[in-house]
Amino acid sequence: MSTPENPTGTPTRTVVVIGHGMVGHRFVEALRSRDTGSTWKVTVLSAEADAAYDRVGLSSYVGTWDRNALALSGNSYAGDDLVDLRLGVRAEHVDRDTRTVTTDDGDVIAYDDLVIATGSHPFVPPVPGHDSAGCFVYRTLDDLDAIRLAAESAIERAAAEGREANGLVVGGGLLGLEAANALRLLGLTPHVVEFAPRLMPLQVDVGGGAVLERLIGGLGVNVHTGAGTSSIATQDDGRLAVELSDGTALLTDLVVFSAGVRPSDAVARAAGLDVGERGGVLTDIACRTSDENVWAVGEVAAVEGRCYGLVAPGYTMAEVVADRLLGGDATFPGADLSTKLKLLGVDVASFGDAMATTPGALEIVHTDATKGTYAKVVVSDDARTLLGGILVGDASAYTTLKAYVGREVPGDPGTLVSPAGIDDSALGSALPDDAVICSCNNVTKGSICGAIAEGACDLAAIKGCTTAGTTCGGCLPTVKKLLVDSGVELSKALCEHFEQSRAELFEIVVSTGIRTFSGLVARYGTGTGCEICKPTVASILASTSSDHVLDGEQAALQDSNDHFLANIQKNGTYSVVPRMPGGEVTAEQLIVIGQVARDFGLYVKVTGGQRIDLFGARVEQLPAIWQRLVDVGMESGQAYGKSLRTVKSCVGSSWCRYGVQDSVAMAVDLEHRYRGLRSPHKIKFGVSGCARECAEARGKDVGVIATDKGWNLYVCGNGGQTPAHARLLVSDLDDETLVRYIDRFLMFYVRTADRLQRTAPWLDALEGGLEHLRAVVCEDSLGIAADLEAAMDRHVAGYQDEWKAVLDDPEKLSRFVSFVNAPEEADPTVAFDESGPRKVPVLLGLPTIRENV
Amino acid sequence: MTTLTLSPVEEAPTTSRAVVRPGMLPTPGTRQWIVACPVSRLVPGRGVAVLLPGSAQAALFLLPNGMIYAVGNLDPYAGAAVISRGLTGDRAGDPTVASPLLKQVFSLRTGVALDDPEVALPTYAVRVQHGTVRLGLPR
Repeated sequence: MSTPENPTGTPTRTVVVIGHGMVGHRFVEALRSRDTGSTWKVTVLSAEADAAYDRVGLSSYVGTWDRNALALSGNSYAGDDLVDLRLGVRAEHVDRDTRTVTTDDGDVIAYDDLVIATGSHPFVPPVPGHDSAGCFVYRTLDDLDAIRLAAESAIERAAAEGREANGLVVGGGLLGLEAANALRLLGLTPHVVEFAPRLMPLQVDVGGGAVLERLIGGLGVNVHTGAGTSSIATQDDGRLAVELSDGTALLTDLVVFSAGVRPSDAVARAAGLDVGERGGVLTDIACRTSDENVWAVGEVAAVEGRCYGLVAPGYTMAEVVADRLLGGDATFPGADLSTKLKLLGVDVASFGDAMATTPGALEIVHTDATKGTYAKVVVSDDARTLLGGILVGDASAYTTLKAYVGREVPGDPGTLVSPAGIDDSALGSALPDDAVICSCNNVTKGSICGAIAEGACDLAAIKGCTTAGTTCGGCLPTVKKLLVDSGVELSKALCEHFEQSRAELFEIVVSTGIRTFSGLVARYGTGTGCEICKPTVASILASTSSDHVLDGEQAALQDSNDHFLANIQKNGTYSVVPRMPGGEVTAEQLIVIGQVARDFGLYVKVTGGQRIDLFGARVEQLPAIWQRLVDVGMESGQAYGKSLRTVKSCVGSSWCRYGVQDSVAMAVDLEHRYRGLRSPHKIKFGVSGCARECAEARGKDVGVIATDKGWNLYVCGNGGQTPAHARLLVSDLDDETLVRYIDRFLMFYVRTADRLQRTAPWLDALEGGLEHLRAVVCEDSLGIAADLEAAMDRHVAGYQDEWKAVLDDPEKLSRFVSFVNAPEEADPTVAFDESGPRKVPVLLGLPTIRENV
Repeated sequence: MTTLTLSPVEEAPTTSRAVVRPGMLPTPGTRQWIVACPVSRLVPGRGVAVLLPGSAQAALFLLPNGMIYAVGNLDPYAGAAVISRGLTGDRAGDPTVASPLLKQVFSLRTGVALDDPEVALPTYAVRVQHGTVRLGLPR
């Protein structure tokens, strides 16, 4: 603070400042520090109860919730008797004839000069419902407190309802994205709707907007560009239904308007001061209004008709007016609207003539989709002078580039945006193209690189099209290196949402105890999932607990088969397979199966797994069918799941003259033990009562073959596209050891296999192969046997018939309808042809003709 | 057993694959609004089928993030009305549904088959009022 030269003298003049924002405060500071003669007494009216704070950094209030942390230094003017700061006091009326300001608490304050620094207020588009409870603006600390309160109760309510809490920001400009980040920090899923076809339309162009949208989207912000908000309607549960102009709708807990600001010029207008065409108090370049004793600074000022929404020009105006009041002749020099900021951690910078509006201006653009960066420079028509530019994703060059604006660029301007530091020598390997890489099959480096260039992007693809590495495999590390050198990243990622493999996700689920997909993807993945990762996670969750697969959020993860607990067929109908353990069925059950097939018109076929498949059931028929099956003691066969299917058996020693063990009893026991176990792929068993192997057990994932001393256990046999015989794991086991080893084997497979990897390829890929597997299962080489057995015991103890549970649960049952708005209606597109030897579905003709909705 | 003759497809061309106009968002305009169901009936992340006048069908989805979309229920590849039973998700942020039959992935916003942009599902406007979801049909 200044040292007054006439400490005893009284100020001769009074300036009243309306508004105590960043610019108002700057004005007071500037005036007081320069007014060494203490000629001015200052009265500041602040409508907000908080003294000037860092509004630019408003978002940092979220989390700390400490108002003091944002306070601008010196904003209380403590110890300065010449400043009278009145907080929470609004200027109601300005009388320019008497030069007085009347406040809302009735005070009348006389001024010699008046500075209007009222800033601006958020623009709320007049959409129906914009004033509903749950609609907010984003401007003040109080606004943020209100949003916080709403967000916290929304999160509580959403948690009780088992859903995500979310919030919508109307406006995808700078402030809108700040607001979206605030919502994210508050724990809401943010949506941003922006009417322009891109985010931050004022700062970035189409290309930059596209990169920005990808980056922001990757951070969990749902971006809807090119859409307006049509209406907001409060629902009975208090949520808001927001209709967007693109025909979609959003259910949201709260709405934040951030669709731009308007100058708060009401007091000035009422006082008869001239205002700009688009609002704002009109001033000359000295920031003087149409009244020579009244000044305007900051966002409310329309300097020569133009308003500035940034703080830096506002500060300049404050300095100009302070200088003028002290007899100076400063003028507002115009403003550099260059901006560089970090939004949600994403760099965005825009400087100079960013939109290339200069006649003849040329644009040079470099976009790197993999890194998520966009860089554009605008140069003059002779490509020599830098005019401006836009940087998204990486703004490290901002300072250098901005320094060149208006100057001649040294050398080729294209180098300004080209990625620095490319080392060409690192890309190519030293080997010549004709060098032989795979000596078994005489494959050269040239042909491998050719295959990579044509799109082979993993080892399997290269093996397939060049035969390299298909014999001894000794060259595979070199092939792999060529792949990596060519920029291909060998990925074990499950899909675009998870970088982890299934086995890694399994470990994550087991070790963290996360039991929801949303929790898992939020912490370990990106986005909202897809048809690959959702069923994978559903399977992992099912393998690690006995919850019903349609419980809570899990219901939304199940593929159609698991969702309707039946196998979808080509016309959208389902087939039904009741479990027949070991192929056993009672006469009574068989009769009911026949009656069900007759009554519902189902096509009947015996499966390869010793059970019966009933085809052609519509969704809404499934519960009625299952009620009748459950009533005769049948249960789900899980033919629809990646899970234990059947345990096939021969008739065994009780009937067969060659049989040496009771294979049926063993098969039934095993099927009862492992029924319902979800796994990376389907699992089939076979149990044969003697070495004649009538149950074809060696074609199964688990094959059990009787010997005169007990059982031989074979594992990892598969049928299907790539048949594999099961391999002998261990011989002559007693019943109890057999079960224990199968427990360990299955759980080890469930934990470590990839998605949709059946047991044979799993064993092929297992390091150490069969020997390792034998060591793990029979010798407990990893020390996990007890753990694996305990996991299986939990599964066995927690087993419940999925269909019976559905029939007992009206909520789950209610989902089994063809049409949500016509639960009694059958799907009219389902039709069959019964004129031939067997009933077959009739598909709709193609194509469908698109309606112009 | 229900045997029905169907009207929506007339003069089905002999092409093996559906070729329809690229997907687009429903344009604003006067609409007939069809009641689908209460919002509470929708399971986040899953779809339901809605029967429309003239035996057309829509697939209506509520996503976990609160967005609601409606597209045609008929899978143009399979010729079966199954889209509502597909899994939702996103591809690079674009909300999607995958057909439960052969797993073709469609954008929920535009209906376009993402790997085959010439094929698209129709899209329908959505409106939620007093807890009831309605679909907009062109008049």
